[in-house]
Amino acid sequence: MATAVAADAGHVDEHHYTATGLDNRKLAIWAFIGSECLFFASLISTYLVYKGKSLVGPYPHAESQCMLHGEMQACEAIFEIPLVTFGTAVLLFSSFFVVLALYGAQKGNRRMLLGWLSATVLCGLFFVGMQVYEFYHFLHKGLGYTTNLFGSTFYTLTGFHGSHVTLGVIWLITMLVLALRGKLPPEKSLNLELAALYWHFVDVVWIVIFPVVYLMR
Amino acid sequence: MLTRPDKSRRAWLYWAAALGLLVFVGGCAENYPQTTLLPRSDFTRLADGVFRSTVLWATIVFVLVEGALLFAIFRFRAKPGDPEPKQTHGNTTLEVVWTIIPAIILAFIAVPTVQTIFKTSLPAENPEVTVEVIGHQWWWEFRYPDLGVVTANEMHVPVGKMVGLRMWSADVIHSFWFPQMAAKRDIFPIFPNTKYKKINPLWFTADTTGNFSGQCAELCGIQHGRMMLRVIVQTQEEFDAWVESQRQGSPLINAGALPPAVDSVRKADPVMQAGQAAFLAGGCISCHAMAGTPLAGALALRGPNLSHFGSRTTLGAGMLENTPTNLAAWLRDPQGVKKGSHMILPRPLTETEITTLVAYLRANQ
Amino acid sequence: MATSVLEREAPAVHHAHPKTGLWSWITTVDHKRIGILYGATAFIFFLMGGIEALIMRAQLMGPNGTLVDPDTFNALFTMHGTTMIFLGVMPLSAMFFNYFIPLQIGARDVVFPRLNAFSYWVFLLGGLFINFSFIVGAPPDGGWFGYANLTSNRVMSATAAAPSPGMNIDFWVIGLQILGIASIAAALNFFVTIVNLRAPGMKMLRMPMFTWMSFIVQVLLLLAFPVITVALVFLMMDRNFGTSFFLPDGGGDPILWQHLFWIFGHPEVYILILPAFGIASEILPVFSRKPLFGYTAMVFSGAFIAFVGFGVWSHHMFATGMGPWADTFFSLATMVIAIPTGVKIFNWIGTIWGGSIRLTSAMLFALGMVGLFIIGGLSGVMHSSPPADLQQTDTYFIVAHFHYVLFGGSIFGLTAGAYYWWPKMFGRMLDEKLGKAHFWLMFIGMNLTFFPMHFLGLNGMPRRVYTYPEGLGFELWNMVETAGAFILAFSFLIFIINILKTWRGKADAPADPWHGATLEWSIPSPPQEFNFPTLPQVGSSVPQWDAWRAAGGKLPEPARINGDHIHMPNPSYWPLMAAIGVFLTLGSLMFVRELPGKWFYITIASALWLFFSVYKWAFEPPH
Repeated sequence: MATAVAADAGHVDEHHYTATGLDNRKLAIWAFIGSECLFFASLISTYLVYKGKSLVGPYPHAESQCMLHGEMQACEAIFEIPLVTFGTAVLLFSSFFVVLALYGAQKGNRRMLLGWLSATVLCGLFFVGMQVYEFYHFLHKGLGYTTNLFGSTFYTLTGFHGSHVTLGVIWLITMLVLALRGKLPPEKSLNLELAALYWHFVDVVWIVIFPVVYLMR
Repeated sequence: MLTRPDKSRRAWLYWAAALGLLVFVGGCAENYPQTTLLPRSDFTRLADGVFRSTVLWATIVFVLVEGALLFAIFRFRAKPGDPEPKQTHGNTTLEVVWTIIPAIILAFIAVPTVQTIFKTSLPAENPEVTVEVIGHQWWWEFRYPDLGVVTANEMHVPVGKMVGLRMWSADVIHSFWFPQMAAKRDIFPIFPNTKYKKINPLWFTADTTGNFSGQCAELCGIQHGRMMLRVIVQTQEEFDAWVESQRQGSPLINAGALPPAVDSVRKADPVMQAGQAAFLAGGCISCHAMAGTPLAGALALRGPNLSHFGSRTTLGAGMLENTPTNLAAWLRDPQGVKKGSHMILPRPLTETEITTLVAYLRANQ
Repeated sequence: MATSVLEREAPAVHHAHPKTGLWSWITTVDHKRIGILYGATAFIFFLMGGIEALIMRAQLMGPNGTLVDPDTFNALFTMHGTTMIFLGVMPLSAMFFNYFIPLQIGARDVVFPRLNAFSYWVFLLGGLFINFSFIVGAPPDGGWFGYANLTSNRVMSATAAAPSPGMNIDFWVIGLQILGIASIAAALNFFVTIVNLRAPGMKMLRMPMFTWMSFIVQVLLLLAFPVITVALVFLMMDRNFGTSFFLPDGGGDPILWQHLFWIFGHPEVYILILPAFGIASEILPVFSRKPLFGYTAMVFSGAFIAFVGFGVWSHHMFATGMGPWADTFFSLATMVIAIPTGVKIFNWIGTIWGGSIRLTSAMLFALGMVGLFIIGGLSGVMHSSPPADLQQTDTYFIVAHFHYVLFGGSIFGLTAGAYYWWPKMFGRMLDEKLGKAHFWLMFIGMNLTFFPMHFLGLNGMPRRVYTYPEGLGFELWNMVETAGAFILAFSFLIFIINILKTWRGKADAPADPWHGATLEWSIPSPPQEFNFPTLPQVGSSVPQWDAWRAAGGKLPEPARINGDHIHMPNPSYWPLMAAIGVFLTLGSLMFVRELPGKWFYITIASALWLFFSVYKWAFEPPH
């Protein structure tokens, strides 16, 4: 929906009258982000409320006896911190890259815009890929969506985050295509700024999820 | 454009008179067996005390504020040729005053509230009788773990003794509401593998003997409206006698085995023998524990324990009075009597079976 | 002249949009037309909710009622609550948001006109979706609050009569998700509109009180709806995908549903009532010829109510046994809300005090709203006390309480708004005689219906029971209530007659029939598409009264102008297409169990359609 909001207000000049001087679309994105905060807060709270309340394994940080390949057996702890730490770093860097891309867009520096925006998109794609791999891997380790409360809350929370990242990547790719076709001149750099705002938010949510879900024992 | 003031003033007067009459009739709580306004235990007197203080304050505020509103409406009606009224935008002193006065009134409500919360929300410390209340779709189970009694829909308690309730549910959320003595509390499902068991407490000491009623107060499915309960408050002697009779064949005592003396009497009784055969043949046993049958000791069946059905005053959780005719109607077509109930007959019972079962069930006092 | 925000879409070629016909309504992005669409749709849903209530009252008229089956009765109260809240009062408020926020702040439209159309279409489809359940014979029956674990899966709501109940609750779960999207999109739109499109000089503390209360409502919507969305996702997963979020069998906790639901549900109460507060705050000053008493206090008390409203949700759960400390906290927080609410009531009385009161229909309804809301507010204080609430919760006392708040408050307020703003919206004056008959019948019917519920509740009648036996003393009051309910229904019949009569009358309403204080009265009735020929300059919270004083008397009737030079946004059907995409994407989840393995293709196809529509919308040429 965010893209639609961002696109709705229009197409042309940035300098029009608003009572606050803030751009309409920017304000809308900020309000949307505020709303999304409550969305993720509810998901994270549920994860925390149900932390340690799974009736059966596998567990996030401890080994257990669990159902795997149709028989009860020893299951290892689910989380593997190194990969997700790397993914987190990549996502963090992508936030930095999109700032550089936006700078390029504002200055009319096409190479900078295209280069850094591509880097951002690649980082986003890497993160989504990492998550898909991670889900597949966890599934293989015995953690299905309905296996236990940990599985349900974990997949729902990170799945919703992942779908937000995916939407962000699609939005950024749209911007990249526009930039490639020369339709992102400095006076329209706000279009990129809106996508960047959303991208930062998605990033920040992960900065909360990562320690709360992966690091906190 | 203007309405005639005298006419609408008269309408207001009629309205006020009608309202007063309504309140007066509404106050006559004696005609309501489930009323909360005539508390008959220590617990409900606590709740009632807080309620009455809120009613007092609410009435005062109601009269003053509605009075001011009505006064303003009548006093400041526009008259033709009125000049523009004085354009006041506010009055800081006044606004501070009418912020502080409600705060003070609320303090008068808050203090007794908080004092009472700490009494009413905790379990009884030393109950003299402990009853486990288990809600089912759509009937109540009462267990007396210390006395070895399991019964349904009718809870017996001795007068003047502290009764402690421990309550949970076997399926969905219900709410145990016994207005005159125990007020209300929701009960939450506990299944065999439920890890964090939430058992809600209530307690009360009954003032007087008698039959009282209550019912489920939380939507629990199709027959939520017919999930009634009765509480029979007895003298200690009556209660002891009741317990003594109910212990026979109770799942909590020797897994439902009858004492040999009782068992031999039953074996000689044709009503009992024929009834038991019909009870097994008709499939009743798949949901109901019954003294003298193989499943007398079962505690986790879907339907109520029927070992002492004849001693109960109602059937179907208050759906009908427990009379032979009603019981026969219930056995003939439970879904017709109480649509959606979990009482499912594997096959329709024959009229002979129904007659036999009615005699049998009613003989199990 | 200040430039309008909409003028930036300066078209190279100007062409006229079709102004009439079905297609013009389907593609409209005009906030006034969308407001009328909201109002008409919501009024029909409101009447349906009313009919559901009448059937319930007929069933409860006497003991052992057999008019409807128990499962039908459960569906009736579930749909009555859901309809009145999500399809009645909220969109009726949205009608006024749409029509009057831009007019009151001196704007030409909302900030995102197409998003506005999108909100309406999603709302319409969501409302139809939930009500479609009646047609397939599976209406939701788990209560408007849908408590898990009764609603969690098919086993718990199973009965012998229906051992494998169908999609009843799925309609509710998915319907509310669809409606939630409409609400959030609309809230974003109005939030930004109010912040950014205020006319020059209209500082935040000069906004009309209706706009202020609406602004607070948008914030509440933005913050409360995500929570219910998450709760509904969990419930949907429990029902359709085998999780145990609320199932004790799998370690879940049904009380978590209650927390999530009421964290949304309590702010929702203020979402329903604050617009009515705003409307009363518009009407009382106008018909007392005095400015609103304590404007600033009114603003901040509204904001304070909303803020504290997020911290009191557990007062709906006193009977769940949360322990003494939680009971104490939520009890005291709830009592605190009574203080700003009291401030509002006192300020309303202060507003009419010393004024020159004209008892028009609009004024009667507004005064009725104040008088009836006081009753609902006071009974609210009664069950803010947990020990007292242990008797009152889940009884008819609560039903009485919230109907005094939502019927006496919201519906009276919204009806007041209808009488007040009708001339502005349609250029026709509603008949005052019929209006007053409507008021008195509604006032009497309302009190006959809902006041005895206090007695019934306190005397032992629980809520949501499909019948009651003889001998509990419930007969008399239930009979009175049923009679009252039919009087209420009759009063709305008078309203409809009034509307029809007005429809056939002359469109001759002046721009300012009431001597209004705010900007909407400075332009012709009904307003032209662009609302304001030039953006007004605002110097106070009563700009139109300022203009009167400056002119030294009655203002001349504003002329209709040729607005061809004012560029308005183009019509578009992509909002409707995107709304259909949302509808199909979420609606496809109904088939998870019915079409195992295949439903996913429908979802994917619908989501692609949604994406396609959003892209077409985003890149739609401006002209």
